[in-house]
Amino acid sequence: MTVHPILAALRRHKAGVVLIVLQIALTLAIVCNAVFIIGQRIERLNRPTGIDESNLVRAAQAWVGAPSGDDAASVEKLDELQRADLATLRGLPGVQEVAASESLPIQGMIWSGDVSLTPDQKGIDVQAAYYYGDEHLRSTLGVHLIAGRDFNAGEILHRTIRGTEASPVIIVSKPVADKLFPKGDALGKTVYQDGKAQPSTIVGIVEQLQTPTTDSWGNPFAYNSILEPVRLDGVMASYAVRTLPGREQDVMHEARKALFAANPKRIMPDSWGVQSFSDIRTKAYRADRGMAILMGVVCLILLGVTAAGIVGLTSFWVGQRHRQIGVRRALGARRIDILHYFQIENLLIAGVGVVLGVLLAVGLNLWLMTHYEMERLPVLYVLTGVLAMLAIGQGAVFVPARRASNVPPVVATRAA
Amino acid sequence: MFGYYLELALRSLKRSPGLTVLMVLAIGFGVAASMTTYAVFRGVSGDPIPWKSSRLFVPRIDMWGPSDSGHVGEPPDALDYTDAMALMRDHRAKLQSAIYLIAPSVIPSGAGRSPIPVDGYAVYGEFFPMLDVPFLYGSGWSADDDAHQAAVAVIGDKLNQQVFGGGNSVGKTIDIEGKDYRVIGVLADWNPQPIFYDVLDTGGYGGGDGPGVFVPFQRAVAVNMSNSGVNLCRVEPTESGFVGLQHSNCIWIAYMAELDGAGAVQSYRQYLDDYAREQRTAGRFSWSPNNRLFDVPAYLEHEHVVPSDTKVSLLVALGLLIVCLVNTVGLLLAKFLRRSGEIGVRRALGASRRAIYAQFLTEAGMIGAGGGVLGLLLTGLGVLGVGVVLPARLAHLARIDPSLLMLTVLVAVVATLLAGIYPTFRASRVQPAWQLKTN
Repeated sequence: MTVHPILAALRRHKAGVVLIVLQIALTLAIVCNAVFIIGQRIERLNRPTGIDESNLVRAAQAWVGAPSGDDAASVEKLDELQRADLATLRGLPGVQEVAASESLPIQGMIWSGDVSLTPDQKGIDVQAAYYYGDEHLRSTLGVHLIAGRDFNAGEILHRTIRGTEASPVIIVSKPVADKLFPKGDALGKTVYQDGKAQPSTIVGIVEQLQTPTTDSWGNPFAYNSILEPVRLDGVMASYAVRTLPGREQDVMHEARKALFAANPKRIMPDSWGVQSFSDIRTKAYRADRGMAILMGVVCLILLGVTAAGIVGLTSFWVGQRHRQIGVRRALGARRIDILHYFQIENLLIAGVGVVLGVLLAVGLNLWLMTHYEMERLPVLYVLTGVLAMLAIGQGAVFVPARRASNVPPVVATRAA
Repeated sequence: MFGYYLELALRSLKRSPGLTVLMVLAIGFGVAASMTTYAVFRGVSGDPIPWKSSRLFVPRIDMWGPSDSGHVGEPPDALDYTDAMALMRDHRAKLQSAIYLIAPSVIPSGAGRSPIPVDGYAVYGEFFPMLDVPFLYGSGWSADDDAHQAAVAVIGDKLNQQVFGGGNSVGKTIDIEGKDYRVIGVLADWNPQPIFYDVLDTGGYGGGDGPGVFVPFQRAVAVNMSNSGVNLCRVEPTESGFVGLQHSNCIWIAYMAELDGAGAVQSYRQYLDDYAREQRTAGRFSWSPNNRLFDVPAYLEHEHVVPSDTKVSLLVALGLLIVCLVNTVGLLLAKFLRRSGEIGVRRALGASRRAIYAQFLTEAGMIGAGGGVLGLLLTGLGVLGVGVVLPARLAHLARIDPSLLMLTVLVAVVATLLAGIYPTFRASRVQPAWQLKTN
């Protein structure tokens, strides 16, 4: 079949053709970028934290009427309260292990600093999140230790967050180790944290541990984490609890009861008191999941509207050319020829639409990149979008095209 | 005549119900998506204090200096204690206050009542008149109270309900972190969003009922009520504790000043630069002044308070609306031109082009109204369901109100009329003679 008669016919429907081309182009541009946003968000949601997320509970609370000073007596008193809580939690049925734990990956509360090879912070300088906790922290979180050892009980310090004492030993995540010691010999080396005079020795390396923040400012060091052998003493204290499989809900319930029974003078609201890690995950990625859902809904509406638009306009053309189709059939065209005619016509229009659409998609992406935090649109998304648009065009044109092919040749003989 | 056109339009729409439904759906969905995302955008990007935002200023002083690479960047996002106190001491603005976030527990009197965790701020007395904070009872405190570190507190109405059961509690005593404070004022409902006076700690939005308690800044510092918000250090404090923080150049204090008129703004800028130069002479800074003075709208813009997701969503939804309109143009074109014969007859019988215009625009307007009604329903559902896709602190800012509803219908009708212009133009150009001959 030659394309020439199709083009000639299209020239008589300029407005309709332009409208479909425009619609396909805009749809492609928006859908490509929206699907790319969905893809990015899903990738974000699926980032591993490096910890064993099931059967993990965080209990956080604030004491009321506890000393709030920084003096030694206050610190000792707060530490006593904290150790009592740890013992209470350890005694609960269904609990496997308990650790003092200031924060958890993606949980939101972050302390971070810079680690370097010299006290004056010249040379390599690595930003990292600090996980304060005791000797049980690594194993309670289920983080994989790939070299060295855990802290032992004798190495655990306790101080307030504003204490200036450096940690003599630390466990770092692999990205931190690799950045500080590119030769891979980090274990046993000493580093300096935040310009403190005393060195810290790397006694262990863990494979992967995401930082507590999911905000964009934390992206450059998303997996740079350091375990600090420090039980933080403050008005607030929080604990990580590893439960036996399937006991998460029981333990959450019991932990709350037991902590209040042991010492009622504390605040533990539902919003941040006792939470399972899956709650924390849901909260952390709520906005990302929401954005993905919203973009998904918009894409579905767009594709639906565009497909319906193609059906509508093609139906109109079929109706308009009713008689001409009859004449062609009378002159010997088969039904399949009529069907193909409309399919090829649609392919031509959609083809122009997707070419324009690819340009628009790239343009929109560039604009989003300069104004918002957006990455470059991968070619794969564009290609998939192009194929999908062409397929949708063919799908949409099929019904009216088949109706056209059913026009009987006898129509040609009837008066218009 | 309009009634006749309405009847014609209705008849025509009934003749092809599929196409009509399709157009109404497209307009409805397009408008609803735009209006729902617009409701969110409007909620989060509103001016929190429109009558005064151009007179409220946030000063920024570069106390950290150029980075190691020598790059001179934006000054840090808050003030350290030294500079905040110097600005308060010099008192160059009409009204001003240093501000920091506190999270004390309030212990209600009476046996067996559990302590209440509260969020609040340590501020200076000028905070209240400067931000036009509304009081139910009493007022803020005086400069004298600030100077004497008086144990006074302003509480929010929710805390007032919880502790005292509501009513005028001015003069009553409230236990904050184990110390007694005299209630000097009870706030009326006050929780402006974005939280322009403390963007650093809140990110700009907070659900709930707003701050529960305010205490004098110097009092809070004196009793060691430490900062519960963000705390950023270029150099770690050399001393430990809250006192160490006060002596460091870590930043943790928000600041706001009221400056009336361009002259006042100019001289405050001058003052900040002079201050930085003084610090250089004193040896604290080793760089030239690098200060900023933002009014509230500029500050919210600078801090990127409106989440970019919100803007991108609005943009994408507007894109959807445009596609829906292009679609409607196409379908209307098809629909109108299919009736070329009818148009030809009307024209031959003496209808003017204007009459054709009126007839077909009426039809387009009817589709727009249909789309508007559907859009209204869907926008309602969308705004109610926005909690599913947005964090609660943002979702509650999206509200349905009469202006949003009116805008929804207006956008639907105007957009459809615009979409109808070209098809109507084409319909009005139909040659009556040609139509009559072929049919």
